[in-house]
Amino acid sequence: MAVGEMKVPEKVVIPLQQHIGAPCEPLESIEVGTEVKKGQKIAESSGFVSAPIHASVSGKVAAIGPYNHPLGRPVEAITIESDGEDKWDENIKAPESHDKLSPEDIREIVREAGIVGLGGATFPAHVKLSPPEGKKIDVVVINGAECEPYLTADYRVMLEQPEKIVFGLKMMIKALGAEKGIIGIEDNKADAIKLMEEAIAEEDSLSVEKLPTKYPQGAEKMLIQVTTGRVVPAGGLPLEVGVVNHNVGTAIAITDAVREGKPLIERVVTVTGAGITSPDNLMIRVGTLVSEVVEHCGGLKENTRKLIIGGPMMGLAQPNPDVPVIKGTSGILALTDQDVHLAESSPCIRCAKCVDACPVQLMPTSIAQAAEFEKFDWAEKLHAADCFECGCCAYVCPSKIPLTQWIRIAKAEIAKAKK
Amino acid sequence: MVMDKNLVVSSSPHIRTMESIQSVMTDVLIALFPAALMAVLLFGYQALITMVLSVVTAMVVEALWLRKKNLYNDGSAAVTGLLFAMVIPPSPPWWLVVVGSASAIIIGKQVFGGIGYNIFNPALVGRGVVLISWGGYMAGNIWSPPQPFAFGADVSAVTGATALASEADAVNYSLTQLFIGTVPGSLGETSALALLLGGAWLYYRGHIDIRVPVGFIGTVFIMGALFDGGFYSTHLATGLFHVLAGGVMIGALYMATDMTTTPVTPTGKLIFGVGCGLITMLIRLWGALPEGVTYAILLMNSVTPIIDNFTVPRQFGGVKKSA
Repeated sequence: MAVGEMKVPEKVVIPLQQHIGAPCEPLESIEVGTEVKKGQKIAESSGFVSAPIHASVSGKVAAIGPYNHPLGRPVEAITIESDGEDKWDENIKAPESHDKLSPEDIREIVREAGIVGLGGATFPAHVKLSPPEGKKIDVVVINGAECEPYLTADYRVMLEQPEKIVFGLKMMIKALGAEKGIIGIEDNKADAIKLMEEAIAEEDSLSVEKLPTKYPQGAEKMLIQVTTGRVVPAGGLPLEVGVVNHNVGTAIAITDAVREGKPLIERVVTVTGAGITSPDNLMIRVGTLVSEVVEHCGGLKENTRKLIIGGPMMGLAQPNPDVPVIKGTSGILALTDQDVHLAESSPCIRCAKCVDACPVQLMPTSIAQAAEFEKFDWAEKLHAADCFECGCCAYVCPSKIPLTQWIRIAKAEIAKAKK
Repeated sequence: MVMDKNLVVSSSPHIRTMESIQSVMTDVLIALFPAALMAVLLFGYQALITMVLSVVTAMVVEALWLRKKNLYNDGSAAVTGLLFAMVIPPSPPWWLVVVGSASAIIIGKQVFGGIGYNIFNPALVGRGVVLISWGGYMAGNIWSPPQPFAFGADVSAVTGATALASEADAVNYSLTQLFIGTVPGSLGETSALALLLGGAWLYYRGHIDIRVPVGFIGTVFIMGALFDGGFYSTHLATGLFHVLAGGVMIGALYMATDMTTTPVTPTGKLIFGVGCGLITMLIRLWGALPEGVTYAILLMNSVTPIIDNFTVPRQFGGVKKSA
């Protein structure tokens, strides 16, 4: 479904933590009653691993305080009531030229625009564009795999804005001093592959890789291995093998920031699932409440049982729709009675389907068992910390054991013991 | 507008496979159907009675033990009952079937805590119990030659030895006969053809790992060819004879691939298969018994946790441990 627009929301609730890293503080000039313009910076942090936050509508600050957050716990947020005029901040304008930007300029623009990884991990993008001294990055991999079932937002932007993705990729390559760029796309998206190939036709250093359609193909380490053949060491970062990896949506956000001076205040979100009356892909302002988005899509059906932010494999189930869309929200998924099975789990029959399914070659059933018996040292020896919670183990389990959840518990306990 | 009262909050993933223990067990029963059909074609009504009696006993005993009204339940008792019937003679006394099948469920499985917790293959535990207790019905010259398509025939009227009893007995049967199954032997073990059909189904459904049967059958073949002197025409034919005769096929495809009692790691599965083949051949070639599949698998079952511990796969991007 083509990316549609949603009317400007009457109210946005903008959480001050929308990224991995230090939470933002409201700027001193921002208090209840302050008039703000669209795109105006309203919060930032002095920490390096952080990303500033901007107003996504023009209007008046109505509240500053804790509000529901997709992660589950209320987080400080700035509520802005729209004045309906949707006026851009006058300071935001397209630069006269972007040909002569230095790597440092690009990083600064990306940072100021508040860009984070839009695939869902929300790692501040400028940090990934700033490799530590002595680390040579030669390849930038763009994630167009979109392996989560149901989600089609990345697919749509590849169809609709291939040129912007290529430009954003070139900016990343420039910022990193890299040599080449690879755009990885699952082979079930043939039309996206064709359009992206056309978009890079003139560029010798860029290529499009057709990837087998297989969850979790878009997971960072899997994607890097399949596109470059390089294996990121366990517990390590992609930069250790000379690779930086960004989502297609992030590339577009970087393009908008570099060419038009626009900060990240909206993103494409897939709104779907059997519980949504009219599923759609929508360009949504950060801070728009999920309840409003769902209303725009005809509302939730009566038999909706689960409301998920993100995809069905890694997304977060929400207790209610009164929660804002944030920078990392790739999907809003409403599952119905038909999809939500609350079966009790049976004993593990040691079928090893989880062992075979694990993309990082762990033994999920053994780690889960260790967690169940609170043998966290044992879980650690079984490399529980290398799990990235893709959910494959719990998905395939015929005994319906919540393996991923047990492993999360083990990971949390291992991390706690390390402190 | 649906509000919070109806929304379920739980940890991801939010979608699950439709597969369940019951669907897996039903797949195993489907896989055993060709061998069961072949048993009835070869050994007639007596094989049918043995199978039905064994399956019903297993299901009833398990339901009583668990105090559940649902006889089929997760399907595992039916699988155990059918497998037990397949590894005993086609027409044993009824009480032997009942005692063996009940032992399989109680001693083989429930005393350990039920499904998922048993250490030994339940059907083979049942076989072990009756073999030790009533050897006269289970070993020696008690084996009925098949009477194909004679459903009403009393196959127990004539008895003799199996192909594994001695080299003189072995050469009475061609490899083709051994492959199709028209030889004396346990109820469901004789037809490699039928067992392979079912094995292919289990493989297609993703329930068995090819490493186990390949390791098992491969080891039996190699050891047979190397160490049995080529008595059965050539060395290669002797290797094949060892694969097709006796319980290797049913053992490699249905017992050594039992999920609960075998390793979960890929390398562990290969080691398990090779170990089963090795012990089977040690018993056949140099042991006191003509056949060794049962004890081979039970012995390997006992070292499954050790195998798993020593074969933990290297995690993605993990470094090789320096020895």
